[in-house]
Amino acid sequence: MTDRYILAIDQGTTSSRCIVFDRRATVVALARAEHPQSYPQPGWVEHDAARVWRDVRKLITRALRDAGLTADKIAAIGIANQRETTVVWERATGRPVAPAIVWQDTRTAPLLDGLDPDVLRERTGLPPATYFSATKVRWLLDSIPGLRSKADRGEVLFGTMDSWLIWNLTGGLHVTDVTNASRTQLMNLATLDWDPVLLEMFAIPRAMLPEIRSSAEVYGTADGLGVPIAAAIGDQQAALFGQTCFEPGDAKCTYGTGGFLLLNTGTTPVRSAHGLITTVGYRIGSQPPVFALEGSIAIAGSLVQWMRDGLGLIGTAAEIETLAATVTDNGGCYIVPAFSGLFAPHWRSDTRGVIVGLTSYVTKAHLARAVLEATAWQTRDVVDAMNADSGLALTTLNVDGGMTADNLLMQIVADVLDVPVARPMVAETVSLGAAYAAGLAVGYWSDPRDLRANRHRAGRWLPTMDPAKRATEHATWRRAIAAAVLFSSP
Amino acid sequence: MPGLIQSIERSSAVLRLLADGPGRLRVKQIADALDLPKSTAQSILRTLTHIGFAEQDPRTARYRLGRALLDLSSTGLDANELRAHTLNWADALASRSGEEVYVGALRAGPAGQGPELLVVHHVFRPDDSAQSMNTGRVLPAHATALGQVLLAYRVAAAEDVLAAGLMAYTRGTVTTRQALTRTLAATRAQGWALSVEEWQAGRAGIAAPVRTFGGLVVGAIGISGPVERLCDTRRQARPALVEHVVAAGRAISRDLSGPQP
Repeated sequence: MTDRYILAIDQGTTSSRCIVFDRRATVVALARAEHPQSYPQPGWVEHDAARVWRDVRKLITRALRDAGLTADKIAAIGIANQRETTVVWERATGRPVAPAIVWQDTRTAPLLDGLDPDVLRERTGLPPATYFSATKVRWLLDSIPGLRSKADRGEVLFGTMDSWLIWNLTGGLHVTDVTNASRTQLMNLATLDWDPVLLEMFAIPRAMLPEIRSSAEVYGTADGLGVPIAAAIGDQQAALFGQTCFEPGDAKCTYGTGGFLLLNTGTTPVRSAHGLITTVGYRIGSQPPVFALEGSIAIAGSLVQWMRDGLGLIGTAAEIETLAATVTDNGGCYIVPAFSGLFAPHWRSDTRGVIVGLTSYVTKAHLARAVLEATAWQTRDVVDAMNADSGLALTTLNVDGGMTADNLLMQIVADVLDVPVARPMVAETVSLGAAYAAGLAVGYWSDPRDLRANRHRAGRWLPTMDPAKRATEHATWRRAIAAAVLFSSP
Repeated sequence: MPGLIQSIERSSAVLRLLADGPGRLRVKQIADALDLPKSTAQSILRTLTHIGFAEQDPRTARYRLGRALLDLSSTGLDANELRAHTLNWADALASRSGEEVYVGALRAGPAGQGPELLVVHHVFRPDDSAQSMNTGRVLPAHATALGQVLLAYRVAAAEDVLAAGLMAYTRGTVTTRQALTRTLAATRAQGWALSVEEWQAGRAGIAAPVRTFGGLVVGAIGISGPVERLCDTRRQARPALVEHVVAAGRAISRDLSGPQP
C-alpha cells in the first residue's frame, strides 16, 4: 500500500513555501519563492496579493513534482500564514482593490488616537497598535472612493492571507480561522466571534468579514486537485503547534522576519501586566480553544535583510554570520531596530531605530555583530516580561525558523538569556504545525500525542557568557532602548 | 572550428561589455552591441545572473558584473549559506537514518598544512540523548567520509593534503598516497564515501557530495555513528543508509542549483 502525505503551505512575509510531509513528519519535498516587498512611502509596507496567490499555486505544483506525487496521494492541505496582513478584494472578480497592507506597515498610526485601550484589551487581548488588521481595513475603507458602500453591500471582502488563499483555492469560500481572526482586533476573545462594539469602533461592516472557523477542520476542497483544505492557522500559532507545545507552560520562539515567542496558557486566556498579547493558540474542530501569551519582536531577520539590501554590506543573509564572526564583540556599538516602532514589552509605535556607541573603531563586522545581538536582546526583553506574567522562569528556549541556521545567533541568544537554546528536528515548524493541524482534521494522525513521538532535539546551544559581562551588556542595551525612545519623542 | 561552444564565447563577450560599462547596460543595448537577438542576450544574462557572474540593479534594471567574479578561487558558496540550504534536508536525513548528521566544507588550513574539513552544520542523533554541538569544529579531511568526498572531487585540494602528509589517527587511517588515491577513485566511482574507524575507533561515517550548478562540489553531507549500526558484519555500508545519504545530497544540490525565485 502506498502511503499518503500532507501538503503544508506557509505563506510568510518575505516568501511562500510549500512542503510535503510524510507520516513521520519528515520533509519529502520543499519549494519556496520570495515575493517583493514594496515600500511606497516611509512606514508603508505592501505585498501584491495576486502575485502571492500565483506563487502559491506554482509552488504546490513544484512541490508535488519534486516529491514525485500526484494530488490523489495528498491526504489534506494545511495553511499557515503571515498574520494581520490585510487584503480586500472584489467578490465578483476576485481582484484585490489595493495592495495588501502588511503587518509591519505603520501608516495607520493616526487612526489609533482616541481608541480606548482598556476596551480593546478587555475584548481582544490586544493593545491599540498599527500591527493588527482593524486599522488597516479602516484605512482602506476611508481612502478608496466608493469602497465603503461596496463593503456595506458585501461586494468587497476582507481577509487575512489564509482567507485570501482559501478563497482562491476553493473558488470562492470566504472563511478564516480563530487564530487569524484573533489578530484582526475585531474578534471578541470570550465569544470567538466578531464583536459588534469593535466593528462599530472601527467602522467596519460585518458584511465584508469572513466566517470564523476552527484551526483544524475541512473547510472545502481545492479546485483542480480534489484535496481537502483542512487547516488554517496563523504562522506563529502554527509554530507553537508544530513544536508540539500542547501543555500549559510550553513555549517556543520563531526567528524569521520578526521574532515571536508564544507560551501555551491552556484553555483560559491569561491577561498580561507586562505588555504581552493574549491570543488564541489554536482550536481543533469543536474542542475548547487553547490560548497563548505572545511577545513579538518586530525586526529580526528583516534587520539582516536591511544589512544586505539597504546597506549592501553583505551579499546574502547567511553572510551576516561570516562577517560577525570575524570580530569577538560589538566594538561598543548597539543597534535598536525599531523600524516600525518598539513591540513587546514596550509598545511604542512612534519610536524609530538608532545605532549608538559609534567610534572610528567600529567596522562593518561590529555592525554585523550588533545586528545579531539586537535580536538576542529583544528576545531577552520578551522573556523577562513572560517570566513576570506567568510567574515561571523559562528553563529552555525552543527555537525554530530560518534564522536558527545562524549558529552564532543561537549562541548569542543562549548567552544573553542564560538558558539553553534547543532546536527541534524540523526547523520548518510553521509548515509542520499547519500539516499537523490538517492531518488531525482528516484523521491522518489520530491523536496529538502521536505527534509528540515525532519530536526530537536536533541541536542545542549552552550559555557560556560571563555573568558580569551579561549584566553590563544588558544595562547598555537598556540605555540604547532609552536612547531610541528619547530620540523619537519630540 | 569544431568542438567550441558558441554560448560560452557569447557569454564572455557579454562579460567584457559589462566590465566595460559597469551598471550602465540594459539587455537591449547588450543585444545590439553583439548583434544578438534580444531573447538570446536575455537568456545569457539570466544564466550569468544565476551563477553570480552578473547582477541586475533592482532599481534601474541595468546589468553589472556579479560579485562571484571577484572570488573565483573559492567555491562561491559561503559556509553559513551552505548551512542555511542544508537545514531541512539534514533534519530529514537524521530522522530517516536515526544517526547524527554532519555537513562539511573544505577550508584552507594553517600555513604548511593542507586544506581541512570544517563542520558547517551538525544535527543531533534523534534519540534526545545528551549530545554536544560540533558545528565549527575542524576535522582531518583524509580521515573522514565527509573529507574524502570533498577531496574526491577537488583534485588540487587532494594534492595539497597529500603534500602536507597524512597523519594517522587510528590503525585504519589512510596514510599513503596510493591508499588515498584508491579511496578517492572509489568514492568518485560510487558517488559516496564510507570511512570505517579511520578517525576514531568504533565509529564510521557515510557521506555524499553536495553540488551547485554545473556539478561543482561545494560541500558534503553525511552521517556518523557506531560501526555496527552503519555497517553490516562484513564492514560494508548498509545500503538503506547509503540511499538516504545520497538522496539528501541530491536534494540539497537540487535546491542549490535550482531555479532562482
